[in-house]
Amino acid sequence: MSNLLSIDSVSKNFGDYKALNNVSVDIPEGSIFGLLGPNGAGKTTLIRIINQISIPDIGKVMFNGEPLSSKHIRNIGYLPEERGLYKSMKVGEQALYLAQLKGMSRVDAKKQLKYWFDKFEIGEWWDKKIIELSKGMAQKVQFIVTVLHKPSLLIFDEPFSGFDPINANIIKDEILQLREEGSTVIFSTHRMESVEELCDHIALIHKSNKVLDGNLNDIKRQYKTNTFEVGLVCKEQDVLKQLISSKFNSVDASFRSLGKELKLNISLEPKQTSNELLSFLSSNAEVNHFMEVVPSANDIFIQTINNQK
Amino acid sequence: MNHTRLIIEREYLTQVKNKKFIIITLLIPFLFVGVGLFISFLTNINSDSIKNITLVDNSGIFENSLLSSDTIKFSFLDDLDEEEAKLISQEKNDDALIFIPNVIDTKNINYVELSKSIKLISEDSPSLTLINSIESRLEKILTDLNYTNSGLDLNKIKESKIYIDLVQVSFEGEESTKIDGLLKMAFGFILGMLLYMFVFIYGSMILRSVLEEKTSRIVEIIISSVKPTQLMLGKIIGTSLVAFTQIFIWIALSLIISTLVSFIFGVSTSDINSLDVSDAEFAQINSGIQIFFSAFFNLPLLNILIAFVFFFISGLFLYGSLFAAIGAAVDSETDANQFMLPVGMPLMIGLYVGVFTVSEDPSGTIPTIFSHIPFTSPIVMMMRIPYGVPIYEQLISLSILIATFFATVWFAAKIYRVGILMYGQKPSYKDLYKWLKY
Repeated sequence: MSNLLSIDSVSKNFGDYKALNNVSVDIPEGSIFGLLGPNGAGKTTLIRIINQISIPDIGKVMFNGEPLSSKHIRNIGYLPEERGLYKSMKVGEQALYLAQLKGMSRVDAKKQLKYWFDKFEIGEWWDKKIIELSKGMAQKVQFIVTVLHKPSLLIFDEPFSGFDPINANIIKDEILQLREEGSTVIFSTHRMESVEELCDHIALIHKSNKVLDGNLNDIKRQYKTNTFEVGLVCKEQDVLKQLISSKFNSVDASFRSLGKELKLNISLEPKQTSNELLSFLSSNAEVNHFMEVVPSANDIFIQTINNQK
Repeated sequence: MNHTRLIIEREYLTQVKNKKFIIITLLIPFLFVGVGLFISFLTNINSDSIKNITLVDNSGIFENSLLSSDTIKFSFLDDLDEEEAKLISQEKNDDALIFIPNVIDTKNINYVELSKSIKLISEDSPSLTLINSIESRLEKILTDLNYTNSGLDLNKIKESKIYIDLVQVSFEGEESTKIDGLLKMAFGFILGMLLYMFVFIYGSMILRSVLEEKTSRIVEIIISSVKPTQLMLGKIIGTSLVAFTQIFIWIALSLIISTLVSFIFGVSTSDINSLDVSDAEFAQINSGIQIFFSAFFNLPLLNILIAFVFFFISGLFLYGSLFAAIGAAVDSETDANQFMLPVGMPLMIGLYVGVFTVSEDPSGTIPTIFSHIPFTSPIVMMMRIPYGVPIYEQLISLSILIATFFATVWFAAKIYRVGILMYGQKPSYKDLYKWLKY
């Protein structure tokens, strides 16, 4: 898979403040790429560099194999975190204006807008002013404006903030649909459950440095600790617990279940296998729960950030 | 380029379609003409009212020589002492009573003594114009009598009287008059004042428009499509076009309304007819009007018009870019005020320098210097031009102004592109300096 966007050793300073320090990220074509990091890490600076709002001090950005330039503006759709629309301008009018700024013709923009307005069933908003719409409604208009010119790269900075769960779901489905149609998506967020749900690649930026990146599954594999969550039904739980801890590293665990079985997290030594564990357990008790503990994006996020300290 | 056109178009249309803008644009000419009408109406009421004045002339000198006019009506009484006269005057509800004591020696009247003993008695103190008018009438009568008394021939005196109205000629041979000078001063002042006002009005319009994009947070979306400098220039140009539209409508409407008004009320003709003047004076006024008009057309009108357009555009661009930078740097209009003062200061200095030095000596050192300093030149130069400024000097000043405009745009663009994405605290001057280096 080729990279749609390739950021190579980019640094950016604001006065004495280093906003990005030698950051390299490759964004594969057709991926949903999670750009993660705590507040103030440098995500927005990086996004602004991709949007050519700021220019990097050092390093280069390649778009589709060419150095990023103003002709690529129309191939990028950007939904910033700090977003808004002209309050006293009519919805249709400003959507047309913003689409034309992205290089669409007026006629084409009108046609596309009609398609999206029909799709979201908001046709009657065309002549309304933004000030008359609710925040969620304005966000929908904003989303349409972002994707209208069918950009090959979509950048969403916290796209779900301001949406209720139903609308957030609609937007999520649209993002997946756009990916199906060939768009590449950069997705910056703090909401780890949506990272889990959507992203196939991530990069983690912390204090101006990239600290982790790659395919999410690869990263998870890298971060897993060979720990298994087990539920065991037996009469003498204390005896069983002692028996297990004589052979394996185990700690008490808690998870939701229907019964009052013994719940443990058992980590394997490098030479031990999950089959050994399972056959040992099944010969001593009835196993009703056996699951490998896969680190969540959230765990990885917190662990990586803490390791940096 | 296409983007800049879009930005200008949007900027222009949103401003022009704004209800407040439409109301102000249409209302101001009416307001102007209305205030003018109101003032002339008020002065009319004042001058229309006739003052009734009783003249108790115990000397018998004035009865035949003091004539009533449209504004003052004299009624004559004699052989009364002061107390009796007061009673009668009060009963008649007069505006004032003039008491002239008896003269003892009718053959040999001392007019100087008499002039000192004339009294004006009234309930409220009468207006200064009324007193002046009465004084000058009495003065004229007594002076003439005094001349005759001293054996001088009144006709000869009148014939010998000489009036001087200096003919002023410039080295280029252009004639001018006192009215010329007055008109130039007034014109220059009005032009300077207008420029000052317009730059401030439309400059803050630019500021508000930038601020609106910043506070509504749309700006980041826009500058992901266009360059911040492009956006800023588009705004400045768009607002300048709005300014021209508005000023054009103001001029056109004012002309139409005042023509209509003078047509309906017949102000100009009836005004002259109703003036209480003799034929000779009428001729004088008439020629005064002629002098005024010839003085007006003696002004370098075409030069003034063209210079105003160019100095206004350049001045607006210069200050507009600075106002745009302020709008980008702050978060609210309240914060903007703090920066508007230092930026607007040179404009104010220009106005003061112009008012106090140009009329004294239009091509003196100080006005010349200030009409070349780019931040004050639009105002000071506009004040000087009615007096005649060599074209090359105007061009030099304009070139400096335009060159500085490019420098301020560069400077403002630096502040603008950083400031527009900075939210939160109000930046200090130190911050602004740092932004220049980002």
